[in-house]
Amino acid sequence: MATEFHNLQELRHSASLVTKVFIQRDYSEGTVCRFQTKFPSELDNRIERTLLEETVKTLNSYYAEAEKIGGQSYLEGCLACATAYIIFLCMETRYEKVLRKISGYIQEQNEKIYAPRGLLITDPIERGMRVLEISLFEDRGSGGSSPSSSMSSGSSAR
Amino acid sequence: MSQMHHAALDQQQQQQQPGQYNQICTRTSSCGSPAPAEGSEPSSCPGHRSRTPRRKWQVFPGRNRFYCNGRIMMARQTGVFYLTLVLILLTSGLFFTFDGFTANKRSDTETSCPFLASNLTPAIPAVGGILFVFVMGMLFRASFSDPGVLPRATPDEAADLERQIDSAGCSRPPPRTREVLINGQTVKLKYCFTCKIFRPPRASHCSLCDNCVERFDHHCPWVGNCVGRRNYRFFYLFILSLSFLTIFIFAFVITHVILRSNRTGFLSALKDSPASVLEVVVCFFSVWSIVGLSGFHTYLISSNQTTNEDIKGSWSTKRGKDNYNPYSYGNILTNCCAALCGPLPPSLIDRRGLIQCDTPHTVSQSNGTSSSYASTQLRSHMCDQDQCIQSTKFVLQAAATPLLHSDPVVLAPLPGKTATLGGPCAYLAPTQPSLPSCGGDVLTLRDAAVDSHCHHHLHHHHHHHHHHFVSPEETPCTTPQGALACPAHLHLHPQPHPPVPSPAALYDPASQDALHEDSVRGLVKLSSV
Repeated sequence: MATEFHNLQELRHSASLVTKVFIQRDYSEGTVCRFQTKFPSELDNRIERTLLEETVKTLNSYYAEAEKIGGQSYLEGCLACATAYIIFLCMETRYEKVLRKISGYIQEQNEKIYAPRGLLITDPIERGMRVLEISLFEDRGSGGSSPSSSMSSGSSAR
Repeated sequence: MSQMHHAALDQQQQQQQPGQYNQICTRTSSCGSPAPAEGSEPSSCPGHRSRTPRRKWQVFPGRNRFYCNGRIMMARQTGVFYLTLVLILLTSGLFFTFDGFTANKRSDTETSCPFLASNLTPAIPAVGGILFVFVMGMLFRASFSDPGVLPRATPDEAADLERQIDSAGCSRPPPRTREVLINGQTVKLKYCFTCKIFRPPRASHCSLCDNCVERFDHHCPWVGNCVGRRNYRFFYLFILSLSFLTIFIFAFVITHVILRSNRTGFLSALKDSPASVLEVVVCFFSVWSIVGLSGFHTYLISSNQTTNEDIKGSWSTKRGKDNYNPYSYGNILTNCCAALCGPLPPSLIDRRGLIQCDTPHTVSQSNGTSSSYASTQLRSHMCDQDQCIQSTKFVLQAAATPLLHSDPVVLAPLPGKTATLGGPCAYLAPTQPSLPSCGGDVLTLRDAAVDSHCHHHLHHHHHHHHHHFVSPEETPCTTPQGALACPAHLHLHPQPHPPVPSPAALYDPASQDALHEDSVRGLVKLSSV
């Protein structure tokens, strides 16, 4: 059932969106940004567990690094306070730097791992850091099964 | 003929592919996703099109006000904020003019003389000046920045959550809370009906601003904004520096009056500098409230609590012997440093981002993406309240059918004009209202549209509430061109060129069918709601 896509352009071009899987936030460590590493069942035959877990773990580590309270963040905070936060007009905060790294990482993961399997990860910042959204694509040719799957999931919601 | 269009589009697509992907990618990463939002007032009507790309703040669903093209964000009621400004400016202004400033003139008798500077030291107005600038800076920062608003859930997310909630329990009503264990303490996460999300811990929904705010402290009318995760430190520094400023002004005005009364007597001193009286009165009342508030917030910061939690007594030992604050670091210093010097997260709502048609993977223009496009559109437009509005509109449109046919309908773009996908696309998703969702309707429609393999062109740019919808997208399966002709969309077409006559002629019967179908659906939907 897994269709082979060779690159993201082809994915975008000829594939149709079937459904989206959402990986929710894991609040067990407080308000720090973390995503659950539980493997969603819809992706069972689309991608190997280890790959997705690896991606989520790496993302979690990036977010932890962004929100880490330590020497560098104190320095940045005190410096900013001393300059009445004007310094943020010229300088990028550490959090923003890490977020850029995360976008790069997600894009790379999409290109290398997820697009060939017909999946696409959306950067959580675009979803307000609420969820990690994974879109499932099907090749249009084999689109017969997809509408029914989404329809059944839709009707079950009612 | 539509095949040609499709082919041309495809070609265009492929030619622009690599650059376009990057363009889309960067745009999405820098501008954020289209949050489900809707313009509060429908600015478009048939014949009017907004071709300039709109920014997300213009369609923000909360009750906030934006200024400076989205750079400044405040609550709706800003009257008390202006009062705060006036009080601070007035008192400081009077202080600097009448009591403190410039060391040039020296006089014992003139009232408007800068007394303290010449009699004591010019450092006084200097320090006062620094304090004043700091206070104003912190006030503006606290008032104008995003307090940490959580963007509302996209329709897909909301539907997914609903599915999970409904499948979780058979009891009615299904549980809308989740329990999570944080540092050994059980915390309940509540479901927000307005934002359609499970609120993160410490987040709360502000009823005045109609937003969920992370680490919600309180809504401060004096500052004209909510106080949350992103602006708490500014708020705290504001009240701290304001209490210093107030005490400073109070002390030195008293000194001024005393020094003057040593020379001329108390009553004549008061007569000579009437401004001092006003300043003393304002400062006296301010000192009690502001210093008190600073003290209270210092306590909150050192115990890492929010005002909200403190008022509710969430972590007080009165609730239970084992009740403790799971967020506290245990150490006062660490708590203070974390609150004041911790990393400042960026805004999640991306106010100044441009509204785009959609995210990259669903934005492709080729033939076969009709279902993805449809689902995208649906996804983006699924909104309960708007469903009802749309239904009504369909009915009305059906009634007004003869009037609408006078307008030409062109949805197929001429090949040369495809350019950027986003382009003049004014994409707006409807607001998430505070009504309980009739999500069931939404889902059926979505599925139905995914089923249909209708071809539409991307020019289904949905302007606010007007129509969009599934129903029109389903019906034109029967039209020969396979292009959707919904007269309701005609005014949304961003292309400036005049419509092509032949497709228009062909569209009419299809559109009429579409309208009739729409009205039927509209009636069905209305009755179901």
